[in-house]
Amino acid sequence: MRSEALLSVRDLRIAFDGVEAVRGLSFDVRPREVLAVVGESGAGKSLTARALLGMLPPGATAGGTVRLLGETDLAAQRGRRIALVPQDALSALSPVHRVGDQLAAAVRSVARVSRREARARAVAALDRVGIPDATRKARAYPHEFSGGMRQRAVIAMATINEPDVLVADEPTTALDEERRDQVLRVLGEQREAVGAALVLVTHDLDVVRRHADRALVMYAGRLTELGPADEVLTRPLAPYTAGLLASLPEHARGRRLPTLPGTPPAPGALPAGCAFAPRCPLAAEACHHEEPEPVPVDERLVACHRWAQVPDLAVELFMEKPHASSS
Amino acid sequence: MPRLLEVRDLVVRYGPVTAVDRVSFSLEAGETLALNGPSGCGKSSTALAVLQLRRPDGGEVGFEGRELTTLTERELRPLRPRMQPVFQDPYGSLSPRHRIRDAVAEPLKVQGRWNAETGPARVAELLDRVGLDPSYGDRHPHELSGGQCQRAGIARALASEPRLLVLDEPVSALDPSVRAGVLNLLADLQDELGLGYLFICHDRAVVRHFADRVIEMRDGRISSSQLRRSPGAAPR
Repeated sequence: MRSEALLSVRDLRIAFDGVEAVRGLSFDVRPREVLAVVGESGAGKSLTARALLGMLPPGATAGGTVRLLGETDLAAQRGRRIALVPQDALSALSPVHRVGDQLAAAVRSVARVSRREARARAVAALDRVGIPDATRKARAYPHEFSGGMRQRAVIAMATINEPDVLVADEPTTALDEERRDQVLRVLGEQREAVGAALVLVTHDLDVVRRHADRALVMYAGRLTELGPADEVLTRPLAPYTAGLLASLPEHARGRRLPTLPGTPPAPGALPAGCAFAPRCPLAAEACHHEEPEPVPVDERLVACHRWAQVPDLAVELFMEKPHASSS
Repeated sequence: MPRLLEVRDLVVRYGPVTAVDRVSFSLEAGETLALNGPSGCGKSSTALAVLQLRRPDGGEVGFEGRELTTLTERELRPLRPRMQPVFQDPYGSLSPRHRIRDAVAEPLKVQGRWNAETGPARVAELLDRVGLDPSYGDRHPHELSGGQCQRAGIARALASEPRLLVLDEPVSALDPSVRAGVLNLLADLQDELGLGYLFICHDRAVVRHFADRVIEMRDGRISSSQLRRSPGAAPR
């Protein structure tokens, strides 16, 4: 598992004013894979994605290492070997520059090529993502593009320098299902065309099911579970993963949906032991004293003292018992 | 008894664009009707026209037996509390400068139903009803999570004692686990209070789970309409 790493993250720690929001996270990204990073708001997914790009917010202090093919200065590689696919295509493009010029500038920021050559690459990139009449469209401004075309243009921009890794943070959250699938299809095609891996931060488990090779489940700034996406989603080893899955509408009994009891802990107000223990139906004595470290189980990593007690139908852990009244 | 909501041949235009093109449907108390469809299909425009927040360009909106489209703003005012919107962005729909307690109390004050003695207890009761500890009343929206904020928005809507809630993508911005809790809350409130829900949502799995009937919209028109849950098949 380790030897295949394209990008390797070791003991990543991100803190604000001494309070850790990401607490010792280690994982690898393999060449050409789609790795989904899932978890509830506040789990540290977006901070992790920003750390990969060397784009931590002001006030954040980071520890540990992020290495891309041996290189540790990730900010210097941004736009070259690692690139961001922005969530909001409108604000990612400058409103006062022509779309083609913006793509050409991205080319010339990393390669010594003529303006003419950079512009030709920009037109080719727009053509690749399916923008009709790319030569003419390259001379247009972002406001002259439809929303879907803008989305394609930023994907063209992210892939134009053929990076090794793409990082997308909730790229489809604001979109309806049709647009969501369209964006992910175009992103998938371009990712394959340039041979990049994709780190896909999302809370949409349907997207994970359909588009990811592996899934990294995070809780309270730590790894909970990491493994092949289909296995993680069909037979979770960690109770937390099971709780996330149980809350999907397909598991409804009658009209009520299973829910995770309680709320995630705030950074700086973590319980002793496993951070999920207070919400966990399987928590035992040890869970309240000792934070579990990730251990390998077959092709997976799981950080849970009780993983061996998780039933095959793990979502059952969170099913409500029938009750007379809810009020 | 008249239907809770009866919409006939609703038309909404923005300049030359017809956003809603002769849409008709009805909704009973205690029922959830979902409007589903891609961005730009006209579902949110339909919601705004039903609420008379954007006066329709044609058609009729009957609410509890009253025809709304012919009423003046003044005549609408006493009816407005009975039809309340809940919007997608929980932070955007609450004023960032007001404490949660004041946001929930505001409808009571505006409607002249505020009683200095019993008001605070009523606010606490509403917060409790939506699953928020009344101590959250002291906080500002940014001090709440997305799910808690959406619950506060629902408490504010309930303060007006509505019969109809128009829910415009109420759970689309939420994590699945948080979304499940808010959907359960809405289901409980409907069972308890007999509210009618016009539920606008682009997530088909959520719609299939939550709605009694689904209307699919495309390019401003109804493209299909179906019964999702037969009352006998899915006991509440």
